[in-house]
Amino acid sequence: MNLCTLSALELATRIQARELSSVEATQYFLSRIAETEQHIHAFTHLAEGALDRAEQIDSRLKSGEQLSPLAGVPIAIKDVLCTIGDRTTCGSRMLSEYRPPYMATAVQKLVDAGLVIVGKTNMDEFAMGGSTESSYLGPTRNPWDVQRTPGGSSGGAAASLAAGMCSLSIGSDTGGSVRQPAAFCGVCGLKPTYGRISRYGLVAFASSLDQVGPLAHHVQDLAACMAIMAGHDNRDSTSLAAEVPDYLAELGRPLKGLKVGIIREQVEHAALEAEVRDAVSHTQRMLEELGASILEIDFPHQEYAVPTYYLVAPCEASSNLSRYDGVHYGYRELGDASAESPLDAMISRSRSRGFGPEVKRRIMLGTFALSAGYYDAYYKKALQVRRLITQDYHRAFQDVDLLLGPVTPTPAYPLGEKLDDPVQMYLGDLFTVGANLAGLPAISVPAGFTSEGLPVAVQLQAPALEESRLLNAAFQLQQAGLFTPQVAEPPAT
Amino acid sequence: MEVPYKIVIGLEVHVQLSTRTKLFCGCSTEFGAAPNTQVCPVCLGQPGALPVMNRSAIDLAIRTGLALNCEIASVTKWDRKNYFYPDLPKGYQISQFDQPICGPGYLEFSDPDQPEQMLRVRLIRAHLEEDAGKSMHDEAAGKSASRIDLNRTGTPLLEIVSEPDLHSPQAAKAYLTELRLLLTYLGVSDCNMQEGSLRADANINLHIDRDGETLATPIVEVKNLNSFRAVERALIYESQRQYDEWQRTGAVLGDAPKRTFGWDDQRGVTIPQREKEESSDYRYFPDPDLVPVHITSEQLEYARSQLGESPSAIRQRLVNEHALKPYDADVIVSQGRGVVDYFDRMIQAGANAKRSSSWIQQEVLRVMNESNQGIEDFCITAEQLSELVLAVDAGDLDTTRAKDVFQYWLQHPGSNVQSAKQALGIKDVDQSEIEALCRELLAENPKIVAQYKEGNTKALGALIGAAKKKNANADPRLVRELSQKIIEAEL
Ligand SMILES: [Zn+2]
Repeated sequence: MNLCTLSALELATRIQARELSSVEATQYFLSRIAETEQHIHAFTHLAEGALDRAEQIDSRLKSGEQLSPLAGVPIAIKDVLCTIGDRTTCGSRMLSEYRPPYMATAVQKLVDAGLVIVGKTNMDEFAMGGSTESSYLGPTRNPWDVQRTPGGSSGGAAASLAAGMCSLSIGSDTGGSVRQPAAFCGVCGLKPTYGRISRYGLVAFASSLDQVGPLAHHVQDLAACMAIMAGHDNRDSTSLAAEVPDYLAELGRPLKGLKVGIIREQVEHAALEAEVRDAVSHTQRMLEELGASILEIDFPHQEYAVPTYYLVAPCEASSNLSRYDGVHYGYRELGDASAESPLDAMISRSRSRGFGPEVKRRIMLGTFALSAGYYDAYYKKALQVRRLITQDYHRAFQDVDLLLGPVTPTPAYPLGEKLDDPVQMYLGDLFTVGANLAGLPAISVPAGFTSEGLPVAVQLQAPALEESRLLNAAFQLQQAGLFTPQVAEPPAT
Repeated sequence: MEVPYKIVIGLEVHVQLSTRTKLFCGCSTEFGAAPNTQVCPVCLGQPGALPVMNRSAIDLAIRTGLALNCEIASVTKWDRKNYFYPDLPKGYQISQFDQPICGPGYLEFSDPDQPEQMLRVRLIRAHLEEDAGKSMHDEAAGKSASRIDLNRTGTPLLEIVSEPDLHSPQAAKAYLTELRLLLTYLGVSDCNMQEGSLRADANINLHIDRDGETLATPIVEVKNLNSFRAVERALIYESQRQYDEWQRTGAVLGDAPKRTFGWDDQRGVTIPQREKEESSDYRYFPDPDLVPVHITSEQLEYARSQLGESPSAIRQRLVNEHALKPYDADVIVSQGRGVVDYFDRMIQAGANAKRSSSWIQQEVLRVMNESNQGIEDFCITAEQLSELVLAVDAGDLDTTRAKDVFQYWLQHPGSNVQSAKQALGIKDVDQSEIEALCRELLAENPKIVAQYKEGNTKALGALIGAAKKKNANADPRLVRELSQKIIEAEL
């Protein structure tokens, strides 16, 4: 029995029908983890008591209780979402022993829906990075080629799926952190509209960009996850009040008459590798065969997306991460007791030693850009350009229903390749940050493999709150055979 | 050589708003709980926790702004003020930077030097922000031990910033007194300085006239002013200190950056506080966790409906409609809205305003002070006291006996004038009875009569004591009146 590529919905149906139990499904994935984790390092730690919780779900189902369509399914949670009674490390030494006193709303909803958390997945420290190499706990490896990065920051989330270690995975996306690792690992990943899923309990990186998002092998599983997690939360002022559609019911609408835009500045971009461009063209033809029409779209401010993002995000991060001062919780190291201010010395030492280099780089960048005399030239200017980028989207969506393009310029690259060149690393985000700056939903859909056997993917973007449109198009592509859910087998030992 | 100078003072007042819960979470704001028991993930600054605005703080801020004649913003927003301090768990304070909820306004109050003159202090703004926690440096536990109580963290504060329109320490104190009175009348804050509900910082410098030009001394911010008296004393001290420093160094504004001094109440001196190496840059930027606040006309209407009559309006009313002296009106108004209501109810029940005012000032306030109780707990109702005043006016009993009734009521709440008189053995006295008594006394005291005839009207005073001895219910006023009449009829 292979549960790895079985859709989570199908797995839940079988659990519901008592063909197998949630305990058996959980055991299955735990034994996959036992086999594979040593090669991949997708998790920061496994959750305690997963089998006990699975057993509880089994007995609730046995007693006839109606749970969600995903009840009993083992799920992995990115270690940036607070889980009560368990560690939430954010891949940082700063929080390596931190146990939150509360549960993130999105996670609580999944738990209430009967999903079984098997572990917390590895990530770039505080979600800052695109390779999961900045994790204090060490890098995650790409199951398709363990010498390569799984992407990031939700690298553990994507790798855990690609290696068959869970049935569903939850990540977070600030500038592409769900979509890019999904693309590198050959799985589906959705970044919902900003505010669609509560951020309460999502440890903040850049508050105006952060959004929780699901990853799965099957598009319909993303829809089922969204149905559980989406909705207003009165603990998050930025969460949206809009009604949550029945995402599953909306799957299967024909694409006939759908207008899809191709952003010229993206497909013609010099950094875009041929095999990724081919994947976009292939998808374009498939959409046409499904009845969609294709339009070329101009995106005049495309080239400003990365610089804008790398001002807005660090500015917010510099403030968001101020709370880690070694005083109330988290890593503390006493400074020189003979210092003029032992307190300042403690704060300074705790932050110097508790944060890794990428986090410190961004804190310094943001602190600088917000300081008196520079604010107007950097932060304020970035907000202005952010509005222009948002306008590019609004203009495009007057003519088309969806946008099609690449997720990343290249497939997964070797570990260590961009570690010493942050600007190269940042440029890898050029196709994904736009959706975050504009607050729009976007999905990464697998589109086969390169000649080297590395996954490639395409990105679809939609107007705000049109997740259903995105999921339906991705589902139709899945049905038409754009990709087949697959799991990478661990290298022979 | 003494050179004339003008003192220039601006005040920043932090007022804790009386919301039931904190500004961005549901924790209680009640004072005095055990340390760190009124906290939650939000006000503890736990990773991933998010603020949610308390709408009632907005309502109280609008009410205050309207009472201070401020422009109320139609859209206001939240900004982060970034700095590290152990009692600031997020590493930033949520405040308002460039779009405060209340814009320019003013407050008027009577000039302490010429009470009939009004002073007007312009206000720059009033903005909302969250309070920090409290650090306690525990000397006994060794000098490295500091304790932090985060119960106060996130309590809503309104910071009211004045223009430098105050020109004496006494005026600064008078401004604060009027502001506190207004805030208490509005019910937006309990303004308890001991509990930190009202805190003031002062910016002060001198404008010195020398050879026809005006020199300004460097501005000093004086902090740690824990009472109005401390404000006055600190500003008197600091203005003299600045003058002496100027005489010594000649330093003027621009020669040195703004400095911060703390007030040492015990020693009665201002002390420079540790300067930060760099000028503070708070890196304000809009808080992305919160959305801008749109203030609707319904909210403004609601706030307006909650304003009530202001202290200055009541003072005017008491003077104009009830012919009280400004001083007496002020004494009553300064006691708070409860005492004003008490006064108004006495008038409504028919008592004369001036006599109501003096009964309140001499008797009611005395008892309240002695027993340390509020007017709400006072056992004699305004209607009862009004009945007593009317009885005195009608000549049913004299003021001395009325005070006995008042005392009796304190022990026996709820009785009326009649039953108190009975209990105290006060009898109604016929005027003819008193007249007979007077004739008898005058006959017995020809010396007094002679003295009176010679023009010593005070001589009659001796008769009153004698009259009281013969008849305890004799009204002294009546005894005097009738005796005069009898003697003058003989002339
Ligand atoms: Zn709280």
